[in-house]
Amino acid sequence: MRRAFFAILKRDLAVAGRAGGGGELALVFFLTLVVLVPFALGPDLNLLSRIGPAILWLGALLSVLIGLDRLFQSDEEDGSLDLIRASALPLELAVLAKGLAHWLTTGLPLALVSPLLGLLVALPGEGVLPLVATLLVGTPALSFIGAGGAALAASLRRGGLIVPVLVAPLTVPVLIFGVSAANAAVGGTVPFLTPFLILCAISLGAIVVGTVAAAAALRSAD
Amino acid sequence: MIFEGLSFTLQSGEAIALTGRNGAGKSSLIAMLCGRLRPDGGSIRLEGAEDEADLAEMSHLVGHRDGLKTALTARENLAFAQDVLGNAAATPDEALAVVGLGHAAELPAGYLSAGQRRRVALARLLVSRRPYWLLDEPLSALDTASQAMVAGLMRDHLAQGGAILAATHGPLGIEGAREVRIGP
Repeated sequence: MRRAFFAILKRDLAVAGRAGGGGELALVFFLTLVVLVPFALGPDLNLLSRIGPAILWLGALLSVLIGLDRLFQSDEEDGSLDLIRASALPLELAVLAKGLAHWLTTGLPLALVSPLLGLLVALPGEGVLPLVATLLVGTPALSFIGAGGAALAASLRRGGLIVPVLVAPLTVPVLIFGVSAANAAVGGTVPFLTPFLILCAISLGAIVVGTVAAAAALRSAD
Repeated sequence: MIFEGLSFTLQSGEAIALTGRNGAGKSSLIAMLCGRLRPDGGSIRLEGAEDEADLAEMSHLVGHRDGLKTALTARENLAFAQDVLGNAAATPDEALAVVGLGHAAELPAGYLSAGQRRRVALARLLVSRRPYWLLDEPLSALDTASQAMVAGLMRDHLAQGGAILAATHGPLGIEGAREVRIGP
């Protein structure tokens, strides 16, 4: 069973590395969004610095959402989802492997490039590491909440926009506590750890609930 | 309602050619047999299995879609199938050699022709040992030589005590295959 789990993880990482698409597109979209915001707001560094964490979190959220529709759809289209269904590996663990691969190729790179993009929004130096930490623990929640929506849309041929529309409202708590924790580190009214630990709890909950929900959606898709 | 009143048994060492017009429900029946669809009525019993969930774990399904990732090589696709399905039998390289694609092991599946991709999908039957082969038009996109090769694979599987149910519009090339027709 462990072999099947790691086979799915390894395959999805290999496909993402060779075919590109989701992860790279998310990274470029993140970069584009964050670069455009200062042009829209003007050269007010205080304003940019104040809303910088929110811009970066919103950018990361949207970047994760745009590629989510392919999470199960590509497997459904080429028939490899039938192969996974025929495995002795419970579908929940297969979804966990795919969600983990999605995070490793999308959420993790976004978190790692965020310090660089923080420069563009005049993020104070003391806020960089906390921001990276919030993105590191918060983006798994986005991947796994998204997995539920992606599983629902797996068999839809033109389900591209449905997934972000379905998933975005469910990610509001992640956004609130992610931005709150990142702001707290640069002089907010609450201590950093309070919203950060809630964000960790949301992520852990999302991994469990998202995995079970996505597996149930895939089972009922037929 | 897709079909009703259908009843048959499939014994070890036996092959059934499932025939019927387009849309008669051949693919739906195969989806039911491998546990992907649940029938509204009736039952599917598998000797030695506790419930219908085991159908999927004891069956190989080669459907209309090849189940290959175009970015991965033929060998990587088969290695993935072996790891996911378990019960390892032939190695990916051995299986590819059997279907005449030993030279294409390093090629991404996206570079292969439709017939070659079909042969890689059929090579999946060899990398993992499962007693029931559920094949949906296994000979489609194959040339005459490849069709004979697949017929040979099916005969070998039957000789080893396996069972085959194949939806087809033409002869399977296996002597003694019983025909079950769906619809008029």
